[in-house]
Amino acid sequence: MPIWEFLETYGTRLASGTLVTCAQFVLSAVIAVVIALLAGLGKLSRNRLIRAISVVYIELFRGTSLLVQLYWIFFVLPLLGITLPKFVAGFVSVGLNVGSYGAELVRGAIQSVPKGQWEAAYALSMSPAKRMRRIILPQAVVIMLPPWGNLLIELLKGTALVALISVTDLMFQARQINASTFLSAQAFGTALVLYYILARFLITPFMRWLERVMARRLGRA
Amino acid sequence: MSFHWRWDFTWEILPRLMWATVNTLIAAGAGYAIALVLGLILALAQRTGWKPLTLAVREFVEFIRSTPLVLQIFFVFYVGPQFGIRLSPWMSGMIAIGLHYSAYLSEVYRAGIDAVPRGQWEVCRALNMSVRNTYARIIIPQALPPSIAGMGNYLVGIFKDTPMLSVIGVAELMHTANAIGSESYRFLEPYTLVGLIYLAISLPTAGLVRLFEGWVRRKLGL
Repeated sequence: MPIWEFLETYGTRLASGTLVTCAQFVLSAVIAVVIALLAGLGKLSRNRLIRAISVVYIELFRGTSLLVQLYWIFFVLPLLGITLPKFVAGFVSVGLNVGSYGAELVRGAIQSVPKGQWEAAYALSMSPAKRMRRIILPQAVVIMLPPWGNLLIELLKGTALVALISVTDLMFQARQINASTFLSAQAFGTALVLYYILARFLITPFMRWLERVMARRLGRA
Repeated sequence: MSFHWRWDFTWEILPRLMWATVNTLIAAGAGYAIALVLGLILALAQRTGWKPLTLAVREFVEFIRSTPLVLQIFFVFYVGPQFGIRLSPWMSGMIAIGLHYSAYLSEVYRAGIDAVPRGQWEVCRALNMSVRNTYARIIIPQALPPSIAGMGNYLVGIFKDTPMLSVIGVAELMHTANAIGSESYRFLEPYTLVGLIYLAISLPTAGLVRLFEGWVRRKLGL
């Protein structure tokens, strides 16, 4: 079957799958960013308990596979009384997984803000919270945005795994089409190209734009 | 189904999971070996100075890096038969995972080679060394130590990505855990054990990589 005919027949299914993938991407990105900030700051906290929780979370999620985490959250958590619908289980596990990598980026960026900035804020007798919010974090964000761009692409790739707990994303639709038609090259090939377009022509330019905006807001453009 | 941890069941399934762990390690090792070689080829192909080749390889690397591994595994596994090439799950799994990580490793190599000071290249030219000698004796030994951290990260990465091979039926850890789960209707023990086995291997490996990096630096007198 030529490719245009294939796209005419299955285009709508692939498009709906792409929408689900985008939704999963956005939701898990939100979770990843929030939890990365919490765990990254937690790892720098002076409170021993908070630091321990952050370290355990980071090592636990960085030390095991996303697929293991996904299956654990989807199949084992219900046994402990927490049942998540598959769509939620999908973006929660991807978000938690990527968040653990992001936490290290946050920690590294905060630590690489020059020491003088900390001292100046201290000399102006800012409270620790205000110092973090007004002085340190804005500069740390500029430092960590480029690696976050790579991490978000990893996150997009991670969302493909939610198809394995039958969330109807792009990967899932490609598999379904393949199973019913055996047009493997067309089905999987189109899905590969769609993922590539999302990563290369949406996420990467968006992050570049964000980097420029943040640099300008700090007066560094 | 219950949330009570059953120790007798744990001991019963542990040997099976251990065997599967061996398979996982073989898969990760073989995939990594392919990635190391292929990555070097991809990195050197970008340095030939012939523009179309450089651009094509760059785009290829970008493509591999920004599409999901699990989709690539399916692609390799199912597209072959459509054109009359039959690959076993193991073969297609190794090809897909090796190819995926070769793209990442080529970037590590590239950064390592770029970090070698220009003067080193110029000296080689001044001493009239052949291209092969330049790379083998001067550039690559110096490019290696800064690359080891990145190479080690991807070794752990490839290990953590082997569960994806279960989708085409490679009998590694995840696949075995799924099988145990569907035979016994108990998911708590197998999935938790798989997670623990991954932790028990990947955390020490990350530490070993750091030690190895220091050792190579000392060996090369850097």
